[in-house]
Formats: sequence, C-alpha cells, structure tokens
Amino acid sequence: MIETPLNAKIKGEEFTELPKDLYIPPDALEVYLETFEGPLDLLLYLIRKHNLDILDIPMADLTRQYMQYVDKMRAIKLELAGDYLLMSAMLIEIKSRMLLPKPVEVEEENDPRAELVRRLMEYEAIKLAAQRLDEMPKVGDGLFVASAYYQHISQVRPPEVSIDDLAEAWRNVLKRASHFQHHKVGRSELSVREHMNMILRRLKDDRLVEFTQLFDVKNDGIPKLVVCFLAVLELCREGLLRITQQQAFSPIYIQIASDINA
Amino acid sequence: MSETSNITELKNVLEAALLTSNEPLSLDDMLRLFTEKMERATLRMLLDELKQDWAGRTMELVQVASGYRFQVREHYAVFLARLSPERQAKYSRAVMETLAIIAYRQPVTRGDIEEIRGVAVNPNVIRQLQERDWIDVIGQREVPGRPSLYGTTRHFLDDLNLQSLSQLPPIEDFAQQEISI
Repeated sequence: MIETPLNAKIKGEEFTELPKDLYIPPDALEVYLETFEGPLDLLLYLIRKHNLDILDIPMADLTRQYMQYVDKMRAIKLELAGDYLLMSAMLIEIKSRMLLPKPVEVEEENDPRAELVRRLMEYEAIKLAAQRLDEMPKVGDGLFVASAYYQHISQVRPPEVSIDDLAEAWRNVLKRASHFQHHKVGRSELSVREHMNMILRRLKDDRLVEFTQLFDVKNDGIPKLVVCFLAVLELCREGLLRITQQQAFSPIYIQIASDINA
Repeated sequence: MSETSNITELKNVLEAALLTSNEPLSLDDMLRLFTEKMERATLRMLLDELKQDWAGRTMELVQVASGYRFQVREHYAVFLARLSPERQAKYSRAVMETLAIIAYRQPVTRGDIEEIRGVAVNPNVIRQLQERDWIDVIGQREVPGRPSLYGTTRHFLDDLNLQSLSQLPPIEDFAQQEISI
C-alpha cells in the first residue's frame, strides 16, 4: 500500500491527510486487510505510514501497532492470521532479545533486528520491482506486434524415382509373390495397444466421452470393434480409465482416471 | 545466376518474412530464407539497413530475446488499444510479486519465494505464470525433496520487449545500502 496524497474537501475544508481517528466499518476492514499481501507487507505499510526509520525500527511501537491489526484480523478472518501470528512471535522475540543485558565482553553482537530489516528491504525491493513489471507494456497489452496475413503454401516435393528404382521394385514384387504360391487368409493385425493410445489421446482432448462414441459401428468391422473394446478393458484394468454409469441402462461415460483425482 | 541478386531484393525477402511471422525470427531462421550461403555479419548488416529504411514509419524492427520482429511504435499503441476496449485482465499482486522474485532472483524454489514474501505460495499463482509461458521449471535443487527451481522463459522476455534479463528495470538494491545499526 502506498500513501497517496489525499485531495478531499469536506464542508469546504480541505483535507490533505487522513484523519488519525478514521473509523473503518467492520465490513470494510475485512476488504482492507485483504489488500495486504502478508505480514511483511503489513509491517512495511506501518513503517512507511508512520515514517519510521527502517534501519532503526522502534520495536515496541511497531509490535504494538502490528498486534492491533492482527487482533482485528483474528476477530474477522481467523484463517488469515496464521502467517501473521508467526510474525508477531518474531517481533516479540526481537524486542525481548533487545531488552536482555549484553555481556560487556561481547562487543560486536548482531542487532536482533538485522534479519527482520534484511527481509523487509528484500520484500520492498521485490514489491517495487513487481509494480514496475506490471507497468511495462507487454505484447497484447500496450505492445503490438506486426502480423501481416500470409497464405502458407507448403512445398510438397514428390520423391524422385529412377528407372532402376522401378525395376528393383518389380523384382521385389516377383520375389515376394513366389513365397506365397498358396493363398493364405491372414488376420489383419489390430493392435490393442494402438487403440489404447488412440482412446487416451481422444480422452485427453474430449475429457468425457460416452461409451458408444468410442465405436464407429458404421465404418469399422467387427474385429476392430472388438479390439477397441479390449483396449477399453485393458485401460480400465491398468487404472487409466474411469468408467461410470449413473444407473442401470443409462449412458456409460468414460474419462481419464487422473482427471478425477486432479 | 543468383536467386537474389541485389541488396534491395535481399532486404525485401527479410521484410516479407518478418512481417508475416507470428514469432520473432532468429538469425538462423532468416538464413534459411536464402539458398546461398550468407554470413551472419552480412545478415546483421541487412537487418540494420532494413531498420533504417523503416525509420519514421509506423512499424519498427526490434530485437527481442528470441530474435527480430516488427512491432508498432509506442506512439500508436494508445490508438490501437481503442480497437479492443475490454481492458486486459490485471494480474494480482501475488502473481506479479512472484513473477518479480523469479525474474530477479532466479533460479528460485517455492520455498525461496515464500521466504521473501512471508506468505505461502498459492499453487494457482505458479500455474498462471506457467500457462502464460513466462516461467518454467529449469531444474531441481539437490536438497531433500528436490524442490523445483523456477526461471523465466524467453517468451517472457519477448512479451516484455526485452533482449535479455539484464534489460529488466534495475531493482532498488536496498541490501547494498549501509545498514548502520
């Protein structure tokens, strides 16, 4: 939160500062507290608002003010307070360490505030950097890239074929034909794995598919339909598919198992 | 007889390719436009001339992280923005601060981000930045749990009109100030 100079007139009187005893209605406070990005943000706000020297923080004052905010937060929104409570403990610890008498022989003891100051400065730097990044024009938001229309024509180059290639091919055909003097009836090789792959890809795009849609009854022969069904069963066995049906005879739906967990 | 005999024609080919490309074109991309061998230095010189040719026009040839592209001069951006009046949705402060930490302190883990911001990282924040293709996982830190290390992408630099991370606006380095306690 950055303090912006106030420019308001109330009853003809000009206000340049927020009144110190500004009353914040409880509902508004909730919204207000949500504008802080965390305990460091709130601390920075308090330090900047009260013009405290970040390098010489009056710990008692800061802790007291911080606790007031945290108490309000706890009253309204308890789950918000976790990170903030941790910071309260840290502030109190720092203050108490500062109160402890120092042994004289230990001269160069680190200031207990040093770590807090380092973190506050680091956070403030990042906060400012984030604001600058936000202000920079970005492609699609204040930055326009040229894109003239161009009808892409892919260059398909037909492979070159010589007479020798042709002769070689013919010899191969004759050779293979001689191996198959007797006509054999072969089964067309349908791979269950391939169908599993196809089904998974389809489900990646469509997410939820009705069982009957997986089968192209008009165009696929019975062997292919069977292989497709086997693939569904196999996928289900491997735990990759979830098959659901609301009640008997209602449509069966297929989806990827991991989608449900996610 | 060479395909492209004079400099003007070479520049025209480059111009046509750059104006129609959806992504910035790298030097290697542009070298593929020509069947003859061309030195990179020659190509750079041609691009330089092309840039000069467009001086004073509405478009300018700029170099970003992944190559060269034509883009509208800043002056005209306000006019063009009126064509699509719906305001670009703004990222939340949490998203922008996380992006800033990754951009300026990369490679960082979620733990590092939480340490700097003082609050837990919402997984949605990371996901939003990954979906935008501005950050990705560039490795794992070799500590228990092997947390992912995040860094910014070239696409991030392209989108912000930058050639390298060193062109990011300088961050006020408070840590370098004398801390006199």
